[in-house]
Amino acid sequence: MYAFEIERPETVADAAAALTGEAQALGGGQTLIPTLKQRLASPEKLVSLAGIAEMKGVCTGDDGRLCVGGATTHATVAAEAGSFPALAELASHIGDPAVRNRGTIGGSLANNDPAACYPAAVLGAGATIVTNTREIAADDFFDGMFTTALNEGEIITEVKFPVAQKANYQKFVQPASRFAMVGVFVAQTAEGVRVAVTGASEGGVFRWSEAEAALSANFDASALDGLSLDADGMIGDLHGSPAYRAHLVKVMTGRAVKAAA
Amino acid sequence: MTDISMTVNGKAVSGSVEGRTLLVDFLRNDLRLTGTHVGCDTSQCGACVVHVDGLAVKACTMFAAEADGAEVATIEGQANADGSLNVIQQAFQDHHGLQCGFCTPGMVMSAAALLKDNPKPTEAEIRDYLEGNICRCTGYHNIVKAIMAASGQDVGAIAAE
Repeated sequence: MYAFEIERPETVADAAAALTGEAQALGGGQTLIPTLKQRLASPEKLVSLAGIAEMKGVCTGDDGRLCVGGATTHATVAAEAGSFPALAELASHIGDPAVRNRGTIGGSLANNDPAACYPAAVLGAGATIVTNTREIAADDFFDGMFTTALNEGEIITEVKFPVAQKANYQKFVQPASRFAMVGVFVAQTAEGVRVAVTGASEGGVFRWSEAEAALSANFDASALDGLSLDADGMIGDLHGSPAYRAHLVKVMTGRAVKAAA
Repeated sequence: MTDISMTVNGKAVSGSVEGRTLLVDFLRNDLRLTGTHVGCDTSQCGACVVHVDGLAVKACTMFAAEADGAEVATIEGQANADGSLNVIQQAFQDHHGLQCGFCTPGMVMSAAALLKDNPKPTEAEIRDYLEGNICRCTGYHNIVKAIMAASGQDVGAIAAE
């Protein structure tokens, strides 16, 4: 690793003030620290968000939405997001137990790894990302692989999830990395069905609109019969071809619909 | 450099570290607690698992400065007060839960974290919990057996694979 300073502010305001110039926010570090070790990033200063109490925890807001602090670990979401079982279940299968004790929802979303689980939940549930300066709808947040609508130095302080009537996340695990080869989050809401796919596309997480239309008309896995996803733009690597991933998306969507509760 | 202090295995310690100093390097190089191993250094293998404020974490994927003020537990603090092996360590010995032993500190620390939350895990729960701890010798079978035994459960039902 290249050398850098590390700061541990205790409030969002202090963290925002520290995030200037070549400073980089540090969530749980489960992606960023390996990245630093490979010298793929060279910040002058890391601003750890782990000591900011106001950014931690899970609660239910007055409007019924589930609110998760940006610095909340996956393990805490798994343990405390029981009112949104699909989200708690998703969090309980990210990485491994030691990773879940450090990794945070805000860190995962800000990184927007194309195979990460949380982007599928946030986009699938139609959540709102709250930062220190504004609120961003999930549909406007994800901007392609490792790219988001966040500005330099902007901090994800909270994520607000509308609790779906029925929802489920199905992950086909890439066994070496434990990331999603393909992961599909299906949510049935009052406004219709949302289907968000991670792991598959070179553009990062996306909504499969044809499946959403079919499932909004008939929330049954059979509604997907006859649909197919174009392999163009899907990720191809030694673990699977674009055509294989496109096929997996449909399979995992069907499983999520069957398992949705 | 940043001055840090923390409790490691019940003892107050302090030091001066760079921002980039990993917790595992502080433990091994500054405190000379070399029981915590570095296997992969890429967050995969779990040989470096320690407890920070009671939670299992990979000490190679956390900065020492982030543990400032924390209570840290390492393999060196696991034995009983009289120096004898604790119940998990003894079970690893009794059930041949190690061969080369390199992964064992992380395995024992992960097992301790599991049993604290789930005192009677099933075989499947143990295997699931150990997803982030890699062993290249044992095939995991005797590690799972040892953890079952350490939790006071009958291991006769675990058939050899």
